[in-house]
Parts: sequence; C-alpha cells; structure tokens
Amino acid sequence: MLKVNNVEAVYSKMILALRGMSLEVPKGKIIALLGSNGAGKSTTLQSISGLLSSDGGQITDGTVEFEGETLNGKSPDAIVKSGIFHCMEGRHVFPHLTVEENLTAGAYTRKDRRNIQKDIDKIYGYFPKLRDLKKRPAGLLSGGEQQMLAIGRGLMAKPKLLLLDEPSLGIAPLLVEEIFENIKQINEEEGTSILVVEQNANVALKIADYGYIMENGRVVMQGEVDRLLEDDEVQNHYLGIGTEEDQKEVVYKSKQERMVW
Amino acid sequence: MDFFLQILVTGIVVGSIYGLVALGFVLIYRSSDVLNLANGEFVLIGGYVCLTIMTASNLPFIVALLITLVISVLLGFSVERLVIRPLKNAPVISIIMATIGLASLLGGLVHMVWGHRTRTFPQVFPSEPIHFGGLIITPVYLWSFITVLVLLVTFTLFFKFSKMGIAMRAVADDAKAAMSMGISVKNVLAVTWAIAAVVAAIGGTLLGMINGVGPIMATIGLTVLPVVILGGLDSIGGAIIGGFLIGIIQNLAGGYLDPMVGGGLKEVVPFIIVLLILLLKPYGLFGKGGAERV
Repeated sequence: MLKVNNVEAVYSKMILALRGMSLEVPKGKIIALLGSNGAGKSTTLQSISGLLSSDGGQITDGTVEFEGETLNGKSPDAIVKSGIFHCMEGRHVFPHLTVEENLTAGAYTRKDRRNIQKDIDKIYGYFPKLRDLKKRPAGLLSGGEQQMLAIGRGLMAKPKLLLLDEPSLGIAPLLVEEIFENIKQINEEEGTSILVVEQNANVALKIADYGYIMENGRVVMQGEVDRLLEDDEVQNHYLGIGTEEDQKEVVYKSKQERMVW
Repeated sequence: MDFFLQILVTGIVVGSIYGLVALGFVLIYRSSDVLNLANGEFVLIGGYVCLTIMTASNLPFIVALLITLVISVLLGFSVERLVIRPLKNAPVISIIMATIGLASLLGGLVHMVWGHRTRTFPQVFPSEPIHFGGLIITPVYLWSFITVLVLLVTFTLFFKFSKMGIAMRAVADDAKAAMSMGISVKNVLAVTWAIAAVVAAIGGTLLGMINGVGPIMATIGLTVLPVVILGGLDSIGGAIIGGFLIGIIQNLAGGYLDPMVGGGLKEVVPFIIVLLILLLKPYGLFGKGGAERV
C-alpha cells in the first residue's frame, strides 16, 4: 500500500536526516517504526505526509509511493486527500478550538459533510472521555485527552493510512496502554493501516504486526514482531531487558558491525 | 444631556466602523502574525471605488457596493498573491515592511487616479434626520450602524460554524497542524486578505458617506492600531469592543475637551489610550498574553 524507497531527506539543504530509508506498509497492518532520538523516525513520517517542506526540508532522492502513485512533491493537502493522515508528534491540537471543532477541522478534506456528525459520534465511542469535554477548548485538556483528540481528529479524515508520531509522548503509562488498545481497535474495526513511530518499543511492538528499527537515517533491522522481541540486541537496546553491562557491550559491538553498511 | 447623548451616538457609529475595519486587521495578525499597515489604504480605495461607480453610472447604491466588494476581494487576493506569498519564508518583520511599501504604493495610486480633493457621496439615504425623543440621528448613521451589526453577527456565525471559518481559526492556532489536516494554508491566507479588504471597503464606504471621501481617510489605518491594541491584537471580539470604546472616547474628547484646549485632541486621544494600555495591560483587554500551556 505504502512504499518508501531509498529516500534521502535533507534539512536546510545541508543536514542529511535520512540516508536511504526504505519501508513498506501493507494494507490493514500496524507497522512499528522504532529507534532512538534523532534516528530520523519523524523525518520519515514527514517525508510521507509532505510536511517536511514546512520545516525547511526536502526529499533529495528516492520515492514515496502510495497505492501505486508517487507522492514526491505533492502538497500536504493533496496527500491528505489521497488518504494519508499524519498525527504529528506532540499532539498539536488547536488550543482555542473546542474538542468538537477540532474534530470538525479533521474532516476538512471530506466532501460528505452530512456524515460528519455521525463520525464525530463514532469517535466519542472510541474515546468516551471526549464526549464529556466536547465544548471545552482543547488547550485545557490533559495530555492524554489531547492525544485521544489528536488521533480522533485524524480518523475524522477517514484515512486509509494513519501515521502516528509518538502517541505515548508525555503521557502516564496507564493511559499509554489504553491509547494503544484504542489504536489496535481502530485498526481492526476501520481497517485503517497504521504506521506508528515510538520510542516506547514495548508498547508499540505489543500491537504491531511488523517492526522496523532505525538508526542514523536508515533501517538497521526489521522483521515480524515475534522475531524482533526475541532478538538479543533489540531486547538490550530497545526493550530495556538485560544488564547494564550487556548494553554497553552491545552498543560497542553494534557500532562496529554497522561500519560494514 | 442631549449633547452628551448626541456625542455618544456619533461615537458608537464611528466606533462600530472602527471595529469592522479592525476585524480585518486582527484576522491577518492572527493567521500570520503580520500587521497590515496598508489597511488604511484598503479603506481609502474601497471608499473611492464605490463613489466612482456611483457617480459614473446610475447604478443603485447596493449594486455599486456589491461591485466594490467584488473589486475588494480581487484586491485582497492579488495583495496576498503578489506581496505576501512570495515572502512566505521571510521573517515577519520583512512582511510588515512590505505592507508599509504597499501602503505607499496604493496611496500614490489613489492620488494619481482620484487626486487629493475630498469628494462627497451622492445622496443615498434621506437627509431628513430621525428624532428619538430629544436625540437627532441622521439616517446614514443609523444605516451604518445596522450594516456593521449585521456584518459582525454574520462573521461570528461564519467563524463558529462554517468549514472555512473553522479552518481560519485552526490556521491561526497552529498553521502546521492545520496543514496536516489537509487545510491549504495558502488558500486560508488568501481568504483572510480578501475578508480584510472587504471589511475595509465597507468601512471606507460608510465613512465616506458620513464625512466624504478624501485621502485623509487613510488615517483610519492608524486609528485602527489603538483599537486593536486596546482590544488585544489577537482577539476578534476585542477588536469590536475596542472599536466602540475608541469611537466613543474619541468623540467625547472631541466634544468636551477640544473646545477647552483649542482642538486637535480628538485625533490624539486614541494614542494616549495606547500608551496607557501598553503600560497597564500590554496584551490589551482581551488579548491572550504570552504565557500558555504547551
């Protein structure tokens, strides 16, 4: 469904953020994209959604393909219309708009204005808390509620593919679990494909079908979730299992291994 | 007492027009942080265009006004396309400077086309004043006030319920997030400039019918600054209330204080208010201020 082929992305014409990034999202699946800070996860999502240009970045090589169509150079609004919705890192709800107005704004590109109210009700079904808060300005919501709103707002656009950037950022662990269960539920009920970027590998791998691990602007490891969970390096590095000694050793070892790339 | 009420009525009417013009100013500021210093010239052009259409043809006022509004929409669109959009990655201060340049350009253009003589509108409303008890109101004041009220209500509904209105507020809140909704920020900005030009033209036409159309009208662009600073630069409601307040205070000062000091205070008072407001409440009465939850 979505194919990112060997993409190279640059900020301010000189900072190389992606060096040959490739990944694939099949229809109806949840794909996790993991990696440490600065690995290029968010840049990958921005290259897909076209928001890269608003941060002064551009794709200098490679292609992004969605349902057989090349997205390179398309404007963000054209990409939303083709069925990809990007929930940005840090939630970015509209603080002075009410919860319900935020949801309406999510449906901006839709032509079927009549069904919007019905879909807003459906979002309240997924996130019942939002229903009680619908008249409240979104800026006054808690972090978790804002994240629910940000995801709900994305669903209002009826996307075929939802890009989620760090939905767990700054949210209490208990709520993180809840939100990820919601994500799984959405994927199953709506058939929306999901590409989720996370630092919290544990919770992301729990719901994902397939995972990619990024470092330095490219994929260093990928595989079915079960295989990733068993992998020693993933356990030490991203899941926080194992001793501190192990981790140091692995960092050193893995760096050497990666020189081959 | 009658004198006071008379001044109050004038103040409210003029103030409502200030509020209307300030609305356009605030819209642009909210969506792009730009102070449109060519706002006064928009008012001027609106007034002149409507006047010229009315005198050159025998069209009824309402038709002339509608044509003026269409021309204003085009003016707003072309300013956004030719001046603002090419500067989209430039610092805000550069764009503000560009609006100053635009103000000179448009001001010069008006001089070239219409000269600098003050012209009067053909009679649109009956000149026979209406008596409310001891109060005398000329129909043009009454109609101006009604027009502005209708427009303000329309805009409130527009921002609350229409797709474009919500999109405009979304862009004002967080342009990048709005982009990720599939909202075309370019189009929203174009519509914002068009609305600013339209309300300015309506303001120009109404003021022109009250005082005549002349280059001096562009100073409303300056008077609008105190209005928005008083109301809060980013508050639409503040702009309207600020408009009424400045209009009323200005006319009270003109009525009571000017005879004592020999005149001129009417023009100065709004700026005295600006100084006080900046000292006491720098974000204005309804502005949101710097601190906010992230």
